Amino acid sequence: MQLNNEFMIQLYRTMLMIRRFEEKALDLKARQIIPGLLHLYIGEEAVATGMCAALRRDDYISSTHRGHGHCIAKGGDISLMMAELLGREKGYCRGKGGSMHIADIDLGILGANGVVAAGMPISGGAALSIKMRGKDQVVACFFGDGGSNQGAFHESLNMAALWKLPVIYVCENNQYAISVAQSRSCSIRDIYLRKDAYEIEGCMVDGNDVLAVYQAAKETVDRARRGEGPTLIECKTYRWRGHYEGEADRTYTYRTKQEIEEWIDRCPIKRFQKVLLDQGVVSQVGLNQIEQEIQSDLQKAMEFAQNCPFPEPQDALKDLYYEE
Amino acid sequence: MREISFSTALVEALKEEMRRDERVFVLGEDVGRFGMIYVAKPELWKEFGDDRVRDTPISENAIIGFALGAAITGMRPVADIMFCDLLTLAMEQIVNQVAKVRYMFGGKIKVPLVICTSLGGLRFAAAQHSQHLEAWFSHVPGLKVVIPSTPYDAKGLLKTAIRDDNPVIFFEHQQLMPTTGPVPEEEYLIPFGKADIKREGKDITVISYSLMVHKVLKAANELAQQGIETEVIDLRTLNPLDKEAILKSVEKTGRLLIVHQACTTGGFGAEIAAIVAENGFDLLTAPIHRLGALDVPVPYSPVLENFVIPNEQKIAERILSIVSQ
Repeated sequence: MQLNNEFMIQLYRTMLMIRRFEEKALDLKARQIIPGLLHLYIGEEAVATGMCAALRRDDYISSTHRGHGHCIAKGGDISLMMAELLGREKGYCRGKGGSMHIADIDLGILGANGVVAAGMPISGGAALSIKMRGKDQVVACFFGDGGSNQGAFHESLNMAALWKLPVIYVCENNQYAISVAQSRSCSIRDIYLRKDAYEIEGCMVDGNDVLAVYQAAKETVDRARRGEGPTLIECKTYRWRGHYEGEADRTYTYRTKQEIEEWIDRCPIKRFQKVLLDQGVVSQVGLNQIEQEIQSDLQKAMEFAQNCPFPEPQDALKDLYYEE
Repeated sequence: MREISFSTALVEALKEEMRRDERVFVLGEDVGRFGMIYVAKPELWKEFGDDRVRDTPISENAIIGFALGAAITGMRPVADIMFCDLLTLAMEQIVNQVAKVRYMFGGKIKVPLVICTSLGGLRFAAAQHSQHLEAWFSHVPGLKVVIPSTPYDAKGLLKTAIRDDNPVIFFEHQQLMPTTGPVPEEEYLIPFGKADIKREGKDITVISYSLMVHKVLKAANELAQQGIETEVIDLRTLNPLDKEAILKSVEKTGRLLIVHQACTTGGFGAEIAAIVAENGFDLLTAPIHRLGALDVPVPYSPVLENFVIPNEQKIAERILSIVSQ
């Protein structure tokens, strides 16, 4: 696959932005500036980045409780995201959603979701809507290894397959459903093989290799756009942080320090950095510049968020029903 | 005026709205060539075909989730769940997603979604096909709850539901499907949140909805022969709720009985009783009463089922005991 340099650099930039955003969120959570629950995407950046790079602006995604990466990769505004994490009035959800409910319908982001696999039927419905409206958009539905054991997974894949809907089900297998290892929660080792139960296409990719994810994404998105139905992609990756920020005291109850460190060595960003340098796509100076630009963008987002007022208490009563 | 059945009224409403707006479509189990189990009319499917009258697998959670995904991306789905007992299989999507996405996303999306479902009972269908779960959904902010009793109300309210940009749960009583009533040929809509005084009276207010309205009316007509004038209020929608109509009637009569087919404890009657106790205590000349099903699962045998669910006689007895206090 021949990709131009600009595109490769954009992939890198997106992954690094996700990483730095999450590190910033981690810091803000530790200092209790972010009040709510936080599920960080660090280590899994290649999945959202590779997948969303194959999508158009008018395509849809549905996301999970670990959703910041998906949102950034689909073009989400980091200032509005940060303001939302801080519970501010100008946040994506006006302070009503927080980390787990960020959505931007204009960018096709149908929402992060606090319920495991809940985005799967919603994605199917968006794909049904595309088909009924006669459009050539597609939907990418992110979920985890844990989500693949929900009834919603099976109901959705069956219906999407039955109606040949333009939806790509992207399993981010980060190997743990909170604390339960996939080998202890899943009856099969390779989740993508569940494609066979629904007679749909599917594949497994190295979820720490952004180019591999992109390649698989491109093929499946093209297929969905041609009206050839849904796909199940499994991206094998790893969650560096705990299920949520705040479980540090129990980190090593279900996995070892050694295992975590081995996966940190397989960092998707470092790995792609090497590819870019080896192929002469960018120089070390170029990489440093990207880092600086991202730091500067994040700084601006932080300033926006922190200068943004909190909502008024009575704003809690707004936005429930649409009224003309 | 012509008379049509409740089920014909529902089909007319769907047909008119589907002709009016091509974004409206129906999905659910057996909605197509089988014509929906209780409606028993395949006219919709004959006119609009498999695409817009879409049979689904038996996957209630996905039916609602797919409907939601379609609703937030430009369609106006009507999702049919055969029995309200089966809403339990879709509670995740209904309660966590459908009701909350607009609010959670800061009011930035609309959810034009109708969930039609049937209420059971008095058909010897036992505990899993006879429930009345409307109170559960009235407890979830973000869902509008509609529960009509006549063909006229069913048609006007369903058309309003389909044009609403918010999620609506529409309860259709299975026993009402063949019942007939006057419905004009010309188009009309009925706004939500307006109770209907189905009978005027001065001695006692009886608040009800769905099938029980008819049983209350029968009891009221019987008691009229004994000189007791019962005011019968049909709520028609539980959310929004016409509190004004409730309090106005209690102001007039001073006595209140609430009748529903759902079991009594935690039923919607408790909410009405609380509203009147909080806002109209001084209007009352007698304690508020509730008459619902007895607090057991609905049993199978006719003898047992009739004992558990309110009927005209029990309603009349209760009214009599309240007015003679």
